[in-house]
This record gives sequence, C-alpha cells and structure tokens, in this order.
Amino acid sequence: MKLLKASRRDSLLRDLRRVLPPDRVRVAPLERSIMGRDASIFEGGQAGPVCFPISTEEVQGCVDAARRHGRAVVPRGAGTGLAGGAVPLEEPVVVVTTKMNRLLSVDADQAVAWVQPGMINLDLSRALAPYGLHFAPDPSSQQVCSLGGNVGTNAGGPHCLALGVTSAHVLAVEVVLMSGEAVVLGDPDGCAPGLDLRGAYVGSEGMLGITTAIAVRLTPNPPAVQTLLLAFDSVDEAAQTVSAVIADGIVPAAIEMMDKNIIWAVENFVGAGFPLDAAAVVIVEVDGLPGGVAAEADRVAELALERGGRVRRAADDHERALIWKGRKSAFGAIAQIKPNYYLHDTVVPRTRLAEVMSRVYEIVEEHDLQVMNVFHAGDGNLHPLLLYDRREPGTLERVHAAGSAIIEASLAVGGVLSGEHGIGIEKRDFMPLMFSEADLDAQARLRRAFDPDEMANPGKVLPTGASCADVNTLGKIPEGVWG
Amino acid sequence: MIGGKTRAALESFAAEVGSDSPVAVVGGRTHWDLGGHCLEETRLVRAPAGIREFDPADMTIRVGAGTPVEELDAALAEAGQQANLPLVPGATVGGVLAVGRDDVHALGRGRLRDALLEAVYVADDGRLVKAGGPTVKNVSGFDLCRLLVGSLGTLGLVGEVILRTWPRPAAQLWMAGQCDPAELRRKLYWPSSILWDGQTSWVHLEGHESDIESEAEQARLLGCDSTDGPPPLPAYRVPATALESERFPGRYLVQVGTGVAYVSEHGPLPDPDPAVVALHQRLKWQFDPRGRLNPGRDPLAAI
Repeated sequence: MKLLKASRRDSLLRDLRRVLPPDRVRVAPLERSIMGRDASIFEGGQAGPVCFPISTEEVQGCVDAARRHGRAVVPRGAGTGLAGGAVPLEEPVVVVTTKMNRLLSVDADQAVAWVQPGMINLDLSRALAPYGLHFAPDPSSQQVCSLGGNVGTNAGGPHCLALGVTSAHVLAVEVVLMSGEAVVLGDPDGCAPGLDLRGAYVGSEGMLGITTAIAVRLTPNPPAVQTLLLAFDSVDEAAQTVSAVIADGIVPAAIEMMDKNIIWAVENFVGAGFPLDAAAVVIVEVDGLPGGVAAEADRVAELALERGGRVRRAADDHERALIWKGRKSAFGAIAQIKPNYYLHDTVVPRTRLAEVMSRVYEIVEEHDLQVMNVFHAGDGNLHPLLLYDRREPGTLERVHAAGSAIIEASLAVGGVLSGEHGIGIEKRDFMPLMFSEADLDAQARLRRAFDPDEMANPGKVLPTGASCADVNTLGKIPEGVWG
Repeated sequence: MIGGKTRAALESFAAEVGSDSPVAVVGGRTHWDLGGHCLEETRLVRAPAGIREFDPADMTIRVGAGTPVEELDAALAEAGQQANLPLVPGATVGGVLAVGRDDVHALGRGRLRDALLEAVYVADDGRLVKAGGPTVKNVSGFDLCRLLVGSLGTLGLVGEVILRTWPRPAAQLWMAGQCDPAELRRKLYWPSSILWDGQTSWVHLEGHESDIESEAEQARLLGCDSTDGPPPLPAYRVPATALESERFPGRYLVQVGTGVAYVSEHGPLPDPDPAVVALHQRLKWQFDPRGRLNPGRDPLAAI
C-alpha cells in the first residue's frame, strides 16, 4: 500500500475545508480508524478525510473536491452494515451523512415523507406515530441504522415478508452523482416517466452516488394485530410449519424462527418468556382488518398444532412487545456465549427451508463450531450466527470455511447470496457462484452508466473481472481486512 | 436451477436474436406504438412461451416471457394464487413487464415493478444474461430487474422471468359513488384500488368477507354502492400531477395513490430533468451501444 504524499493529502484537505467548516472535515487518526470499519468483521479499511456535510450542496462540494484530486468517495450512514459495504479501501474521502438527519416533510394524505439519509430508521416511525403511519422495513438494527444505509443495502427486516424490502417503500431519491450533479430519481408521487432509475439505485451499496434525500412510502398502522409464539420439539417441525403456512396461502406480516441456543441466550438476557424446553420457536404476526386477522391466526395455530407445535397467543400489546423484544435482542444476547460472531445472510426457496437448516447444522458440526439461528423464516432468509473467539488460533479459518459451505449449500437448492445485508466486501468474491461473466458484466455496465470512472465506493460488490478497477490492489481482499 | 428444456428454449431465442442487425421482440402488440414506432427494417422475434416451473408452496413461478398473461393467471388461479400483473387481453408476460404499467389494483397489491424476481434476457451482443434471483428476497448485486420493467425492451430482450405470486383474495367487491377519493382513502384501511374521473369514485375492496362488509359500510356512508367494476382505462398514462397544470379536453381516470392518471387525449407534457435524460442515454449506450434493440422506442416517451 503506497502512502499518499503529504502534500497531496494537504491540498485535498484544503479544498474540502473550503466547502465544509474545519470541524466537519476530520483527519485525526482516531476518527479515521473508527471510519475504517463498519459493523462487519472486516478490519483494515483505510479512511481518508472524513466529511460530515449537512446539505446536498455540501455533499456536492465534497464530491467535487474528491474528483479534482482523483480520490474515490465512500458514502457512510450509521456504519451498521454487516457486509463491509462502508469499509473504505485506499484512503477515499468518507462522506458521513449522520448530520443530515431531519424529517423534511410528511404528506399524510398521500402517505409520503421526505427524509434526509442520516435519519435513524426507528426515529422515522416514531415521528410518524401521530399520523397513524409507519415505515415498513424494520431491520434488527433499526434503533441505530440510517435510512440512507437502508437505501444503500435495500434493507429488510421481519416485517418485510408481506410488504417487501426497502425498494418497495422508496418512491424517489435525491442523489449526488460522482460528476457532482444532484438528480432526483423516481417521483414522490410514484409516476416518473422512463426507466426505473430509482429501482436501479436502491441497493447499489453506495456505488452509484450519494443519497441526500429520500421520499419514502408510508404504511398505515394496521387496525388489528395478533402475534403467536409457536414452540416445537424439533427445528424440522418448525421449518415444516413455516412452509405449510405459506403453502396454505397465508402471507403473514412476519414469520421469524429462533433455535434452542438462541432461545436460551435471549431468555437469560431479557426474559421474554420463550419456552426453554423448545428446540425452536416461530413467531408469527398477522395484521390487517380484524376478520382476516382472526381467521389467519386461527389457521396458523391449526397448522402448528398439526405439526406437533405448542401455541401461545400474545394476550395484549405488552406481551406482544415482549416477544419482539426477545427477537430483536438476539444479537446482543450472544455476547454471553462467545465474544465474536459472524452473521450470515443467504436466502433459499421456502419449500427447501427444513432441508437447508439440517445442512447448516451438519456444516457447523463438521467445522467444530457453535451456531445459533435467528432468522426471517417466512422469506427463506437464513441468518446462521457462527460463534467464535478470535483469540483461539485457527478459529477464524474454520468460520470462513463453514461460511463458504453454507453459501454453497444455499445456492445448490436455488438460493441467493444475500437477502438483506448486501454483498459489500464480504460476498464480492462469491458473486461468480451465482452469476456468469455476462451477468456480472451487465451489472458493471449499470454501474458505469452512473459512475463512468468508478469513483463511488470502489472495490465492492463486483469482482474485479467485472470492472476496470486496479487488479493488483483490488483483485483480492486487501490483507488485514478479514481481521 | 434451470432445466435442460428451458435452457434450450432460451438458447434458441438468443440465437434468433443474434448479435447484429436491429431486432425487436413482439408480444401481444397491445401497446406496440408506446414510446415510438418500431423502425421498419427491424427483425421481429418472439420470446419462448409456457409455464416452466411452479411450486405453489414457494409462491413463485417461472414462465417464458412470451406466455399470455391470461394463461399465467389461469394456471395460478388453479392454485388459488395470482401475480401482480395487469390482465391486458392478448398481452404477454414479457410485454406487460416491458410496458411497465401497473395493474389497476396497485394501490393495495403493490407495483408491477416489485413483481419481478428474476429475468433472463438476451443482451445486445446475443449473450444470455440473468438479472436478480429466484427467491422472494434478494439483494445480491445491482437490481437490474427494476431497470428492465418499463424499459420497452431497449436494454435487453427478456426471454424468461420468475415472478412473485400472492394468494387470491377470499372475497372482493367494487363500489362506486359521487364521493371524494381522498376521503375514501382516509376512511378505508387498505383498499386495493381507488379510481376517480373527476366526479365518480370507484373503489375495490378485497380480503376476508367480514372485513369487506365493514369496509363497504364505511364506503356506503360516503355515498358509494356496489357496482360491476370501473370503466375501461383511457389510452394514455400521464403523471396525475399533469392534470393540475394541463388542460385535458377528454376523459380521464386518476389511479389514486399511485401518481398515475389515464387520459383519452393529451397535450405536451413537461420535459424531464436533463440529468435524468443523460442517465437514460448513458444506460442505453452501456447496454445497447449500437442501438439494435427495439429501435424507435424510447421509455421516456412512453405515455
């Protein structure tokens, strides 16, 4: 890794500080070291100057300065990504949008709000409560993740089963392209002429531009909700029940599954009232108008009982909240068992869930690791958490080997690499397992249409064969990044 | 996994499209002149047709793009399911996706653009390209599927798709009356469609029978009554906001909550942002630098 010459660095800094006040362009080693990571296991990212713009014009100014100095730009929200999408490679200018965190407008009649990208996901739904509306995508990190990041990864969450992931809830985005131009893709009213540029942009992991404002579609709060906690003596029965619910023509608001290990960890952590003698629990939530909710909840209970399940219905909002607290505390609870975890994110066809789950347990055993499963079962979106202690020699290698085997097992039954976390650095080199050279070439063409010089978040998503990036530096994951 | 027969059909489609000379894909010709006229010397091809793979328990279906939407709907109906595609008589699956117009029930069922999970298309150089993936949730790589919906076949000629399916509603009801569509939207929880022609509102309710009864009661209080359904949609699709700024002499029908209005006649519409036009040009140049795919058609001119 070449060190950038001090004089070049200084002149970039000078230009950035013409656009932003000095306290919002930071180069202190601590700041850059924090910005060198996200919530993934990747270490070793190298941040250049870290900018905190507060307006679209300031973002344009940062992009212009970076371009003049031939420096790449990495957009960053709250840094909660799990695939290394925000990990900067080769000292790019890092544009952090956390200070652009305002709710710009709400049109309750049209069910549309404009937000800035740094706004926290849960803050938006809280702000919308008086209108009886909410933003449907609810990633487990919703208390801390930003909406700009949600757009970048096309984020999901438990309640995306019936309503779809972020893309279905974004009507328009204001984007600063790498040319420095600001452009609105899509239309807040929902009818933009021409190609769906909005759709192409959502989920592009910061590689097409920087999001500076988002028009989100708002969802009415359901008049009735029922939450069921189903307990099973085997993971297989639980998985079969999930498939049976979908096969029965019911699309609940959410279907989440947790296995024995995570049930114990969560109970110990928050006391959500999960049955400790169960091999797996399934949380099913149905919502909508009361008649449909009652009928679907009854049918779900019936299907669970037929498969040997025990059924508990949340009696009130308090009990419902407690069940969800248990689900959403899962990741925090893990620290009691091992200091580190590696969270995977593949999707399989829903009819293959039971089979792939047993394969996951076999793989983990073959690699002498511990696993916990807490995931969006209704979508077929697996989240095996491989637990490890990085201080134990050789563990990380086993974690990676098991991870690769899980990815291969998912793809083998017609699954995909990622359901909601994205590709980032983590799965970049797995892309050829799912896509041919021609498929990847098409994705690279989309990228170049927006960003011909590939200056936005380079080195992510597309393996190097699919782009013009520097083969020597980006052909392999840079040393040290895997931690 | 793509079976042998399916792959063979796609490969022969790709061979037919070839790698040079102007070529366009024909569906049901229901919107053949949308976004411009196909140039005369253009070779015409048809996408493979037929249902390739359907496991109702997965709630996804793989079909040849040349399959008529009515055939798709009949196959899904047998399993109590439906896809969120407009049932335009005579139209094909690939055709309605290329045109990109939402079904009339988009308010409740969601947009057409969200129905497409995976597409296999023939690129300008004759290669088969897969976009997206077969599962209901997928963020593996850039989302080319969204770009294909409404692209009028100008970026690639779609041969086969995987669509997400939904349960068919247990019950449904159209109502109509002289009432304010905004009021209907406020009072009802989740109608699947509200249409308005400037005087009359049409509203579609679907779901559990008892819920429809209670929602219908709300609609009756606002002056609506049961009806067979809405009138046919006028020919042209424009942004609903255009109705405010332009004079529309003919008939119109606003699809409330989707930003769309259908009009029988239209004047000039506002020019799109030059930066948006430039992105369209760069995408076309990246995906079809020789301009051989569906020449003469322009998604930005599609109204």
